[in-house]
Amino acid sequence: MLELRSISRSFNGTKVLNDISFDVAPGRITGFVGANGSGKTTTMRIILGVLAAHGGTVRWRGAPITQSVRQRFGYMPEERGLYPKMKVSEQIVYLARLHGLSHTDAKRNTAALLDRLELSARAQDPVEKLSLGNQQRVQICAALVHDPELLILDEPFSGLDPLAVETVLGVLREYAARGVPVLFSSHQLELVERLCDDLVIISAGTIAASGNREELRAKHATPRFELVVDGDAGWVRDQPGVTVVELDGARVVFDVATDAAAQPVLREAVNRGFVHSFGKVMPSLAEIFREVV
Amino acid sequence: MSRLADGQLLSSPAPGASVPGADGGTGRESGFWASTRLVAQREITTQIRGKSFWITFGVLVVALFAGAVLPGLLGGEGDAPTVAVVGQDTARAVQATDLQARVVDSLDEARALVRAGDVDAAVVGDPGSATGLRVIALNEVPLRVAAALVQTPEVDLLEPGAASEGARYMATFVFALVFFMFTMTGIGIAQSVVIEKQTRIVEILAATVPVRALLTGKIVAFSMLTFGQVAVLAIVAPIALRAGDQDALLSLIAPGLGWFVPFFVLGYVLLAAMWAAAGALVSRMEDLGSSSSLVMMLVMLPYFGVIFFQRNELVMTILSYVPFSSAVAMPVRMFADDPQPWEPFVSLGLLAATLVTCILVGSRIYTGALLQTGARVRLSRAWAGADTP
Repeated sequence: MLELRSISRSFNGTKVLNDISFDVAPGRITGFVGANGSGKTTTMRIILGVLAAHGGTVRWRGAPITQSVRQRFGYMPEERGLYPKMKVSEQIVYLARLHGLSHTDAKRNTAALLDRLELSARAQDPVEKLSLGNQQRVQICAALVHDPELLILDEPFSGLDPLAVETVLGVLREYAARGVPVLFSSHQLELVERLCDDLVIISAGTIAASGNREELRAKHATPRFELVVDGDAGWVRDQPGVTVVELDGARVVFDVATDAAAQPVLREAVNRGFVHSFGKVMPSLAEIFREVV
Repeated sequence: MSRLADGQLLSSPAPGASVPGADGGTGRESGFWASTRLVAQREITTQIRGKSFWITFGVLVVALFAGAVLPGLLGGEGDAPTVAVVGQDTARAVQATDLQARVVDSLDEARALVRAGDVDAAVVGDPGSATGLRVIALNEVPLRVAAALVQTPEVDLLEPGAASEGARYMATFVFALVFFMFTMTGIGIAQSVVIEKQTRIVEILAATVPVRALLTGKIVAFSMLTFGQVAVLAIVAPIALRAGDQDALLSLIAPGLGWFVPFFVLGYVLLAAMWAAAGALVSRMEDLGSSSSLVMMLVMLPYFGVIFFQRNELVMTILSYVPFSSAVAMPVRMFADDPQPWEPFVSLGLLAATLVTCILVGSRIYTGALLQTGARVRLSRAWAGADTP
């Protein structure tokens, strides 16, 4: 478990992080979302020790983070970077060794990972000769090669082609399944929605919301329902206590005061004929985001 | 939490290390030297694989041989001048010199040989001159011939200096040039730092190993490469000088080398730390010139300082204590003058103290500026920004 408690940080007197607290739990993928400049990268840099916090603590498995502990974290910074003239495999082996792996382990892990990300054929090429998409894959290898105990990925999907996105999704799920806590930030809310178990929403340097994704959705859910019938659903507008949000022929989305108030609408629909579907509409991540930020 | 097997995890945290990173980067971890070694290894491999390293080194070796051999070939000083000699007394006088005499019968014959260029000059008897000799040449004064015929009286020095004027000049020049050339190549450290900033890999590196291990690794790598090059040159130099028939030069300088080595080593590392800091202050190779001008001046100081003031005892004494020029000035004084026995140790101590200070200051600037990209980082900001672990 990674625990952040009351982290604060200023740059030139301007407070960019204020009382940041959240957890990244083992075996769970935590999505970290927020607008540009809201403090995601700064928070991640503080976890990695690249920046110092001006207040608060970061603890890993209940203890402060030392250099030797940090060495076993995996980090993919937002600003990607590799030695352009160094060969792919040589570079990954070097980074693995900086993370404390023996030469043998470093070579073995590099070969396996390059194979996994379909880069084996390019292993002996200098990084600058690779396409941008492939350079991104090498960057992912760099974050994973030492079998990290904690994964911190800053915008891991930006710049990835759709195939690579699927590969990375798979790899992250695999790590989480092995019990590794994974924290990643992204602008692509649909991806976060698909991938994450937990959610941290940061806004202007403070935590706007955090917790289990489903619980967050339930918490921010309004009593909104969707009904699909045979024929036209226009009659729903005339039901008492109902506000229609969206009407599209046989499909209608409506708000009611409480969940119970939707039941008469369902009964009326059954009376009128065939009901294809009826259910509560959960807010999307984008909607929650808009609401809390 | 399934991979708690690693014993390191259970090590007790350092007291007071509640803020992340407050404990990191100080090099207390056993991993510091392992990281430093890896960084140094990569740096050395990268350098010796690059063309520029070998080109520079090749130019140095060629220049060394050219400097040793060419003067003998071009100047023609290897062969003694030939002279046409008229008269028995004259011939006897010439025999005592290293001039190659060619005895002829008449003054006219001698003049003809000079005009034809068969001899460099003619030497004839002249009762009217103080030496009893007259030299005839075509269109310029034959200095070597004239010098050979001058009789120098025996000289006894009551207080002989440690080294002759020529030896002193050569030693000064060689020490200054070697120091200048190799500390200039320290710009490679700055470039290596800028490359890591420019390609942004520095953030991954800084998140993985202590920033000071990066700095130390680079300084170690470049120092080893430079000392290796100097060692090779030191082995090649006698061969080159022998090839040029200038062994004498080597034996002239040799007594000064003993002091030059420790001063060179410390002086080089001092400037290496400054080059690294200069590199960290900029984010693009194009901006390197602006931040490295101060280092450049400090590299040139000992070179021009001792070349211009080698005869001025007061300035040389001062230069031999100023950390940046002492690396050249003190060995020269040890060689050519006769300073007090404690002087080199004091100067070396000053140099070492400056080195330690510079490494501390340099690594703070390096740390503070390393993750700041964009425009050139001001020194004050780099200093303030160093609250990274």
